[in-house]
Amino acid sequence: MDKWQDNKAWFLVLPVFVIVAFSALIPLMTVVNYSVQDIFGPGEAVFVGTEWFKEMLANKRLHDALLRQFLFSGLVLLIEIPLGILIALAMPKKGWGVSTSLVILALPLLIPWNVIGTIWIIFTRPDIGLFGVGINSLHLLEVPFDHTATPLYAWITVMLMEVWHWTPLVALLAYAGLRAIPEAYYQAARIDGASPWATFWYIQLPKMRGVLTIAVLLRWMDSFLIYAEPFVLTGGGPGNSTTFLSIYLVKIALLQFDLGPGAAFSLIYFLIVLLFSFIFYQVLQRVGKGEKG
Amino acid sequence: MARIELHDITHSYLRRPKKESDYALKGIDDTWEDGGAYALLGPSGCGKTTLLNIISGLLKPTSGRILYDGKDVSVLTPEKRNIAQVFQFPVLYDTMTVFGNLAFPLQNRGVSNDDIRRRVHEVAEILDLTGVINKRAAGLTADLKQKVSLGRGLVRADVAAILFDEPLTVIDPHLKWHLRRKLKEIHEQLKITLIYVTHDQIEALTFADQVAIMVEGEIVQIGTPQDLFENPAHTFVGYFIGSPGMNFLECTLEGDTARVDGAVIPLDEATAALGRETKGRLEIGIRPMYLDVRSDPGEAGVEVTVQMIEDQGSYRIVTLMLGGHILRAKVPEGKPVSEGTAWVHFPKQWIRLFADGRVVT
Amino acid sequence: MSLSLEAVTKRVGREIHLDNINLEFETGSRNVLLGHTLAGKTSLLRMMAGLDRPTSGKILVNGDDVTGIKVRRRNIAMVYQQFVNYPSLTVYDNIASPLRLSGENRKEIDRRVRETAAMLHLDPLLDRLPAELSGGQQQRTAIARALAKKSDLLLLDEPLVNLDFKLREELRVELQEIFTQRKAVVVYTTTEPAEALMLGGNIVIIDKGRVLQTGSTEDVYRNPATRRVADIFSDPPMNYLNGTVSEGVARLGSGITIPLKEHLKSLPAGEYIFGVRSHHLFLSRTSEDDALIDATVALSEINGSETFIHADYDSSRLVIQASGIHPFRIGAPITIHVNPCSFFVYDESGALVASPDHCAFEGGPL
Repeated sequence: MDKWQDNKAWFLVLPVFVIVAFSALIPLMTVVNYSVQDIFGPGEAVFVGTEWFKEMLANKRLHDALLRQFLFSGLVLLIEIPLGILIALAMPKKGWGVSTSLVILALPLLIPWNVIGTIWIIFTRPDIGLFGVGINSLHLLEVPFDHTATPLYAWITVMLMEVWHWTPLVALLAYAGLRAIPEAYYQAARIDGASPWATFWYIQLPKMRGVLTIAVLLRWMDSFLIYAEPFVLTGGGPGNSTTFLSIYLVKIALLQFDLGPGAAFSLIYFLIVLLFSFIFYQVLQRVGKGEKG
Repeated sequence: MARIELHDITHSYLRRPKKESDYALKGIDDTWEDGGAYALLGPSGCGKTTLLNIISGLLKPTSGRILYDGKDVSVLTPEKRNIAQVFQFPVLYDTMTVFGNLAFPLQNRGVSNDDIRRRVHEVAEILDLTGVINKRAAGLTADLKQKVSLGRGLVRADVAAILFDEPLTVIDPHLKWHLRRKLKEIHEQLKITLIYVTHDQIEALTFADQVAIMVEGEIVQIGTPQDLFENPAHTFVGYFIGSPGMNFLECTLEGDTARVDGAVIPLDEATAALGRETKGRLEIGIRPMYLDVRSDPGEAGVEVTVQMIEDQGSYRIVTLMLGGHILRAKVPEGKPVSEGTAWVHFPKQWIRLFADGRVVT
Repeated sequence: MSLSLEAVTKRVGREIHLDNINLEFETGSRNVLLGHTLAGKTSLLRMMAGLDRPTSGKILVNGDDVTGIKVRRRNIAMVYQQFVNYPSLTVYDNIASPLRLSGENRKEIDRRVRETAAMLHLDPLLDRLPAELSGGQQQRTAIARALAKKSDLLLLDEPLVNLDFKLREELRVELQEIFTQRKAVVVYTTTEPAEALMLGGNIVIIDKGRVLQTGSTEDVYRNPATRRVADIFSDPPMNYLNGTVSEGVARLGSGITIPLKEHLKSLPAGEYIFGVRSHHLFLSRTSEDDALIDATVALSEINGSETFIHADYDSSRLVIQASGIHPFRIGAPITIHVNPCSFFVYDESGALVASPDHCAFEGGPL
């Protein structure tokens, strides 16, 4: 009798292991290796222990970038999650409107990131961009809009890009969550005389908890790693105003070729993302404790 | 509390219904008394849930009017009609405690906090929920959850009626009878109009004083459980109530007897007289428990062949062939029956005569 | 073929789902696994099918150890509680699918599909998709798929539980006829005593992962070895009264005295528990020796052709099964009649001491 069969499944999973090993584990180990050595050239490396970690943790510019990053990701969550829920609530529930609104919503998600950067650069240019020219012609702003000159405007532009690009994802997730709520809950709420606000607060929001957890985690991790948008727009400027963690990392590791400090930075970065993702997950689980989905 | 009148209600899920088969409800006309316990019983797809949703106001009928205590509520929303509903699956506000759930309908109606507290505790007491009143509703077992759903209806002192849509579907079998008993007690105690929709005859017959049997969008009979069992008005009722259902044999009348494939079955005079005046396809119907299967012809015994004997413990179900017709008889434990030839007696008082499916009266 | 389970145990984490199960099944036998929900019936069935592997113990087919062999390699058909069909295939293709997988020729497949469909009254529906069928028809299709394949082992896991009452009644009769024609080991799980009795054959009573009693269905029903078996194999559960035997009589409850006749004759003096099934409790006299119990109605349940009267007596609950439909008011006083020859007697540990001699017993009121 052929008992080996049971183990066949392992062969099917093996390619995944190999790919993960090459794409994640080996690079990660390389980074760990770099982070504890000072490298002068090929074959010339000195073990320096936690030297680079100490240096990076004391680095003032990294502190600034980290603060900027927290502020940015925090704002992203505060804007995108409520906005996504609002859009989902406003979307039609049946008829031709459903597929139409889904397609429109999905459009930003289908555009490549470098194209998005280019679109927004042109759109917001103060000389020819519709947005830039438009807003300046209103003469409402004390300082004319120019994202290459004023840090605040650079921030607003990056934020606009991010919100425009990713709020649809949150909205789609929230919409899926809303559609999964059985009709009986709404009927019960009507019978109990619940106001629309109470229906949202006691039925829709708790029932969306699962998908919103995913949305928060995705947007948190993704916005914390933001690179393309500020890089395409101003390369981290003006000054250091949009130099977020990943932009600074690239500057250290690739432009200055400080591999050791760069590696240590990467690891710290990685741990921060991991830690906060874990905290968010725990908190969101705790909020609806006792609930079974 | 309210007396509910249904005037010629029809409903179709299509926008422009044309044929009769486009209608989920085909003309329901009934009056349900204040404080009664009613059940709507029928197979899946018979329109019972549609009718319930029309009574509650979750659905607007295509035509017809609904009156609560003489007042036309046809266009009113469920909250305006002041009804409560318990659904097939427990519908709770997951983030609230049991207390919060029970208090919710009162809070929405602006009842004072003192009154809310008093009322909620009263209802929790009735439903044996006092022990879990501060627990989060989401963590309860299915039977407790359904009690909480029911409680949200009971807290409203002015509730016109409580509607139930197969509320015991998700309850463990051995807890079902406990909940059925609770419901009955509550009805005796509070005398609220209760309307209960189910496909399960045990639930309908146990719960209700009056059971409406529905099939294909029509109510074919409303009556007490005993009435439905002993005097079905329609062959469907005879078939649907009882396990196995009523036996039906197509027959012709000759004097005071019914002829079935040459066999002679005596009827009582009154029934036979009525039958002779009726046109249409005639059938006699008799419940399996009233058929008397014997091993000797006796007087007026009809010869049959015993095909199968199924032991159900407390009784046996015997399948008999009368010519080309199948008869099922219920034979008590201990009474001898064997395969082969036997004779069956049809007690006159339990034979019902049907013409085109309707009982002859 | 023969199927045997030797000391099969299944543990999941700390929980024991099956505890040292030893069973043997022969070809052509009909076997019922009877037990309450979560008793371990489904776990056991999955083990037999090879869908799960026991933590310890062996499963033997014709004496060969097949523990851990994949389902596909064994010749097994299984029907589940849920109606499992291929949604994109017609009824015909659904039934034909296992035959095609086993590489039968076209003609043989067609013959077998039509034969099986006819048996389950599916012939007019062969071109339909599962979504166009009623629940009963869907489950019939699932059963037909299991039957079309000439398997050595046919496993059915509460196949009727999700169907409407009336459909269940009809399919039960059909299944019984089909099983008698099969050359296979048929194993059927259920929670309902009446279903078990109708299927007949052999029975395995399962409770909390253990086998409590095995034997012919009829015999186990007549002689439930323990109170627990009696409860599982009686619906409603068996009624109990505590009693004392002394000086040639038995005293039950508070102040009910019955003579020691027939199967009770040789009971030694002592404390016992007297059990009686609901359909042996009556509301009118059945014999000279009837014990009379004055009780109060707690609820009357009506199942369509019988009334189950739940009554309170002496801090215990009795259920009377009466034929026909009768209204009872909650709180009404009733007198229950029991013929002493219908009592089961259990000792204080719950083991059977005496069971009614049914040849001498004629049930029903006089």
